[in-house]
Amino acid sequence: MIEVISAVKIAIRALIVNKMRAVLTSLGIIIGVAAVIIMLAIGEGATKQISDQMASMGSNLLMILSGATTSSGMRMGSGTQPTLTFKDAEAIGAECPSVQSVAPNLGGVAQVIYGNQNWSTQVTGTTPSMLEIRDWPLDSGRTFTQDDVKNANKVCLLGKTVVTNLFGDLDPIDKTIRIKGIPFRVVGILDSKGQAAMGQDQDDVIIIPLTTSQKKLFGAEFPGMVKMIMVKARSSEDLDSAQNEIAALLRERHHIGLRQDDDFTVRNLTQMMQTAKQSSDVMAFLLGAIASVSLLVGGIGIMNIMLVSVTERTKEIGIRMAIGAKSSDIRLQFLIESLILSLTGGIIGILIGISSAQILASTAGWKTVVSPFSIIMSFGFSGFVGIFFGFYPAYKASLLSPIDALRYE
Amino acid sequence: MVLIDINDVWKTYKIGDLSFNALQQVSLSINKGEFISIMGPSGSGKSTFMNILGCLDQPTKGKYLLDGIDVTKLNSDELANIRNCKIGFVFQGFNLIPRTSALENVELPMIYNNIPAKERKRISEEALKVVGLENRESHTPNQLSGGQQQRVAIARAIVNDAPIILADEPTGNLDTKTSYEIMDLFVRLNKEAGKTVILVTHEPDIAEYSERIIKFKDGKLLSDGLKVKL
Repeated sequence: MIEVISAVKIAIRALIVNKMRAVLTSLGIIIGVAAVIIMLAIGEGATKQISDQMASMGSNLLMILSGATTSSGMRMGSGTQPTLTFKDAEAIGAECPSVQSVAPNLGGVAQVIYGNQNWSTQVTGTTPSMLEIRDWPLDSGRTFTQDDVKNANKVCLLGKTVVTNLFGDLDPIDKTIRIKGIPFRVVGILDSKGQAAMGQDQDDVIIIPLTTSQKKLFGAEFPGMVKMIMVKARSSEDLDSAQNEIAALLRERHHIGLRQDDDFTVRNLTQMMQTAKQSSDVMAFLLGAIASVSLLVGGIGIMNIMLVSVTERTKEIGIRMAIGAKSSDIRLQFLIESLILSLTGGIIGILIGISSAQILASTAGWKTVVSPFSIIMSFGFSGFVGIFFGFYPAYKASLLSPIDALRYE
Repeated sequence: MVLIDINDVWKTYKIGDLSFNALQQVSLSINKGEFISIMGPSGSGKSTFMNILGCLDQPTKGKYLLDGIDVTKLNSDELANIRNCKIGFVFQGFNLIPRTSALENVELPMIYNNIPAKERKRISEEALKVVGLENRESHTPNQLSGGQQQRVAIARAIVNDAPIILADEPTGNLDTKTSYEIMDLFVRLNKEAGKTVILVTHEPDIAEYSERIIKFKDGKLLSDGLKVKL
């Protein structure tokens, strides 16, 4: 067997002789690899986005919405009819074993003012357990207490976006802002959470005690009314049982008969997100699979050209055999040629793929993630294509008899 | 010293039910340092004989000892080694690798003999000097004349220090003057380097250069004799 370095030199020279042909042959692999990289980058970007949102939402989350109103036969959708109460939330926390903590919610959009700045934002009244349920740490200050809730104190926590818009660079702690004209003392600032699943800014929010919201800001159609109850289950396995326990408890508390529909809805957000993540995983895989078809076509192109090359260079093969090349030397030479074609194609394809993914991210605003795995995989795959599709032509060349090959014109 | 010993060699081709003897009952031996011409009309079996002599082909029957090795028992890789180290080929059509410099063409047999690159370069330059092409190293075959190409081929035939040079009508594509120059080169390699030169030719004036002429006819050895100097 000859030294690999000599074989590589011979192969490179042979490829340089037919530059145009080599470039066109590699083009199949270049396009294939670039497509695989871009597709996987888009797929993984989508998956990453969903995982980030899942992490920012908090885990093992259930959302209980009040029921739908029916007005002149027209049903208005979940949450329009107030049926849930603070007492319901307390009962869920006390009586459902699969539930870890509960946070009832009542809020709305309100205009807030500080100094000469004003801003319209989501104001949510809730209990201190809200932050635990949403895995939402404080950036500075303190959270409000059960006492604040009991006494309907006018204190509030600000999201980062609100802080920026009202205070700029100032420290908002212990400053007083006005929500719908009512003064509130800022006690804490929430850490940044970024975008939610549908792109809403989760940091554009003010959190106040539930009772304050009920009594001072948004009112209640009946005492203790809440719009929504957020529940954290003990673990992801407990999500289903928590859902059943809550439904059973609420049906009982709301005196709903056997044949009547629920006047509330329990939504499993974690499950929804997981489903979304799974489908985006499948999507990423499918995109990669489709792109790898073009790699396959590129490989067939290499095989085609290598077969042509072997036929064209039959005489050269004969000369080499006459002066001492073994079958294995000839095979190695052609195999290395196809490997060089596919690997250079692979490297160029990877570079094009990475830069296209970045261009897509910056111009179209798609989130793309080029993982090391996709780079290694597509490089390995192009090497595999080179060997797989180069082997038959190389093998064919090595089978030539020196006499017949020498005589070939 | 006997370098080549061929004993009752046959080469039979089978085409369907018919069989055709390209070589029949050929026996001869060649000593080291001889200068031999093989002659005969086309179809006489001399090319088949050359192929067997050059280990490009195996006889159907018979024994061929090259430098004491029974080459009829070797596999294709071992035959490739023999061709690489024992025999230097020179062809009628030069058979250089196209678009490759003279130096790299000459290096080729040493690549298959795993000689280090530096050593290869040194030996190739020396061989090109021997054939008088020391300033044509970077020329590719199509930048060289026929005679020059044949010189490159001869340089290629001697780099692995093979004891035998096998030349198949080496002057067939050359004009008379160049033919004689090439033949002088063979004579020099024979006399000065002690190479055993075996050449196949049609032309009596080329055969004149050798000391022994072997004639083939209809696949049989017709005559084998030392040339009688007139």
